[in-house]
Amino acid sequence: MITGLNAGLEKRLEADTGQKVRSCYQCKKCSAGCPVAFAMDLLPHEVMRMVVYGQEARLLGSSTIWLCASCETCSTRCPNEIDIAGVMDGLRRMAVDEGVIPAEPEIAAFHKSFLAGIKLAGKTNEPVLIGAYKALSRRVFDDLGLGAVMLAKRKIKLLPRTVKDRRAVRRIFRGSKGGARM
Amino acid sequence: MSGHSYSYFPGCSQSGTAEEFGLSTEAVCRALGIELAELPDWNCCGASSAHMTNDLLSVALPGRDLAIANLLSKDLLVVCAACYSRLKVAQARINCDEALAGKIEDIVGADPRFNGEVRHLLDMLVNDIGFAYIKKWMKLELSGLKAVPYYGCLLVRPPEFCFCDSVENPTDLDRLLEAIGVEVRPWSFKTDCCGGSLSLSRTDVVERLVNRLFVRAEEAGASCIVTACPMCAANLEMRQKPGRLSFKIEHRVPVLYFTELLGLALGVAGVEKCLARHIISPMPLMKELELLTTERA
Repeated sequence: MITGLNAGLEKRLEADTGQKVRSCYQCKKCSAGCPVAFAMDLLPHEVMRMVVYGQEARLLGSSTIWLCASCETCSTRCPNEIDIAGVMDGLRRMAVDEGVIPAEPEIAAFHKSFLAGIKLAGKTNEPVLIGAYKALSRRVFDDLGLGAVMLAKRKIKLLPRTVKDRRAVRRIFRGSKGGARM
Repeated sequence: MSGHSYSYFPGCSQSGTAEEFGLSTEAVCRALGIELAELPDWNCCGASSAHMTNDLLSVALPGRDLAIANLLSKDLLVVCAACYSRLKVAQARINCDEALAGKIEDIVGADPRFNGEVRHLLDMLVNDIGFAYIKKWMKLELSGLKAVPYYGCLLVRPPEFCFCDSVENPTDLDRLLEAIGVEVRPWSFKTDCCGGSLSLSRTDVVERLVNRLFVRAEEAGASCIVTACPMCAANLEMRQKPGRLSFKIEHRVPVLYFTELLGLALGVAGVEKCLARHIISPMPLMKELELLTTERA
């Protein structure tokens, strides 16, 4: 049974991303070239068609919108010039704004940690990012072996680098309402 | 010397996991007489996470950097492929959308309409400096080294910001490597994604992508993979076999920054120290080919 239909989905997405998904004629070039298609629950060309069908709930609750790595191979090859990766961005942001529980909680936790790190320091510091990610995703014991190798190779910098004008960074996050949700 | 002068956006990775990329870039630029003025108090571009979750933030973060670059009124040189892409996209959107430009100006408190050009290091070396000039300063031909050039995603995509000669089969890095004596091996994976943005969260997906790249590089007869992207390099070096307590490497093909090889060819001091810090050590290979000055001396 199809639930969670939203006839205005395509228009809303177009307003946000500028992409005309209805021009897709299902050639499947996007899905054929997608490096992460093997892990997706909906293939990119299926996403395009489901947008037109207004299947909002299935799209926003899918793994695909989180698994898209933004490599933009699909956008580059689309014969109808649809920025498919941009559409994925639009759907993901819609899911974030509407508070949909992400089908890929680890990936969502990664983005949240990444942005929290920038909000804190203005720059990305890998130890801060990894610490925040482990706390949020509860995957505390991952990569301990790798961590030891990185320490030995002096690849982990313990002193974080920061932007001096911290107020400017805070203003950017406040002004763009960034980092709070998800 | 060459008389080229740029404002410089080093990017976060270049003082973290990709420190060798930053150090070798600065050393190579010094050797070629390229002047770099670091952007004062720059901030993170937001990378994938910003544009994937918050559109305005993904323009505002690089918007502040563009506003700072405005004050230096020089073209902005970027090292990292992701920073390059984010700054380029933000600049294009700000400069062609007055409403957005005004919004960003309000948020960052300065004019983000940057009129200079955002340039990637590889573009600058290939198109501004040129092979003839690089060859003039070359101290060592890297003969015997077989490499596959790995461009990754963000140097060539989106196509409107691709400075390379082709989106699907670029040869800029190939030609630069050939100019310094490297044997470039043909392969079909130059611009395939390594899954960098999923490196921490979906290591299973990344493991598959990364291993395929190594297998294909080995099949192509390469003894190293050469990249211009710090995320590709980190991902390839660290994600062959993700595990909890163990860390295993099955494919021992080193992953190098193109600036390290360029530095080696130019006889730049300090590059050998960069090479020594890679997780997949290129040192046995370099010693075998007698490419290290300390070995030859």
